[in-house]
Amino acid sequence: MITLENIEYQVGSRPILDGIDLSVDAGKIVGVMGQSGSGKTTLLRLVVGLVRPTAGRILIDGVDTTRLSEPDLNRVRRHMGLVFQFSALFDSMTVADNVAFALREHHLVAPHQVPEAVAQRLRSVGLEGVDNMMPAELSGGMQKRVGIARALAMEPSIMLYDEPTAGLDSVAATSVEDLIVRLRDRLGVTSLVVSHDIVSLARIADEIAVLESGRIQFRGTPDEVSAATLPVVRKFVAGRLLPARGGPSSAGVERAEQ
Amino acid sequence: MSVLARVGRAALALAEFIGSSSALIASATGYLVRGHANARRTVAQMSAVGTDSLPIAVVTLIFAGMVLGLHTAHEMVRFGGASFVGGMVAVSVARELGPTLTGIVVAARVGSAMAAELGSMKITEQVDALRALAVSPVQYLVVPRLLACAVMLPVLTVFADVAGTWGAYLVATAAGVGPFEYLRSARQFTDLTDFFGGLGKTVVFGVIIAIVACQQGLATRGGATGVGYATTRSVVISIMLIYIANYLLSALIFRVFG
Repeated sequence: MITLENIEYQVGSRPILDGIDLSVDAGKIVGVMGQSGSGKTTLLRLVVGLVRPTAGRILIDGVDTTRLSEPDLNRVRRHMGLVFQFSALFDSMTVADNVAFALREHHLVAPHQVPEAVAQRLRSVGLEGVDNMMPAELSGGMQKRVGIARALAMEPSIMLYDEPTAGLDSVAATSVEDLIVRLRDRLGVTSLVVSHDIVSLARIADEIAVLESGRIQFRGTPDEVSAATLPVVRKFVAGRLLPARGGPSSAGVERAEQ
Repeated sequence: MSVLARVGRAALALAEFIGSSSALIASATGYLVRGHANARRTVAQMSAVGTDSLPIAVVTLIFAGMVLGLHTAHEMVRFGGASFVGGMVAVSVARELGPTLTGIVVAARVGSAMAAELGSMKITEQVDALRALAVSPVQYLVVPRLLACAVMLPVLTVFADVAGTWGAYLVATAAGVGPFEYLRSARQFTDLTDFFGGLGKTVVFGVIIAIVACQQGLATRGGATGVGYATTRSVVISIMLIYIANYLLSALIFRVFG
């Protein structure tokens, strides 16, 4: 479970986040929607401890991480996986070495079991036969999925996704969305997804929070977001969502025709 | 910008550099003391620092030794001091030329590459990816480089000392100094303090090169241009610090203990 209590974050004198209260229950997917520069990525970096908040508390499964030392924070991070917007794959390593990285560094499996563990993680994101390729040889969608496979290597109970579908074609985006939902449904993974793509979030999230001016302005189910009349929500939603028609997505929302 | 503002900004930058470098040394030393140094990565770095730098270090010292021989041998032979040439050259090379020129060569060749590699990793979020995967960038990136530089610079200097003395020998014997006279003089005028004092200095030079390169690399901001600045700054700062440290260490080792 992730809990953010009155989180503030400033760069110099410029406030980025100004009193964020947000919680993600275990086994749920919460999406945070906001415009570029609204502080969505900063929110994820705060949760994983890459930056420290100016004020407030962040609780990961009940542990206040805001005042932990880096080694203690690393113990918490081993239960979390972060998928970067631009993948942040280790560009001097092969795909297999990227995925095996945490397994080797933390001795999570015996050395002779690493190749099978890597193949399993890659299969889980729909990738096979790319083990020996370098990240630069992959398409954007494939890089994103390798990033997810790398984050999944430690079998985290919490996954954090930064714009998981940004820059992907609709087929690749849908495949990533399905993967996020499958991780929740099959493994009970708790997920925090930040995106500016309301269509994507509506397909996968149990709840969506709207971030604007450094604060959560609205929170509700995709249907509630769709029906919301608040101007700050309408500007994201207007014309972007189709009426709910059931289908494969839990949110009952389809990717709009691009 | 006023002169005062420039001075103030430079002072702040200096304080920031000293602070972050000190923190990096303390953190890396902590990992080393606890035995948290990865052997495979350290050996790979040793290869880059040592084996790969050997040709340029040897060539540099051969020609530096030849120049030294050129200036000393002709004059000394003219004034009947041929029997001092070997000793003068050997002491100069062991105490100063070998350590300092090797340090400069490694700072330019290896320090720049380290700063560029870490800087590139920083701006592409690969350093953040390490932290998100619960791996300390200091332990993973800095410790092997620090260890490799501190160990391999003295090793390189041994070869450089031999190359420098041999380069001067070639010129001195051509100028009329007898081969045995040269070698006997070198043996007579040097002692272990000259040799090990010089090598001891290079341990400090190695620490300077690794810490400055890693600090500059990990502090990189501003894309490809930032990587370029970090690389240049790394070389300039390292070489300046090597000159300063060389004077202080020479005064300490050869004046106080010599």
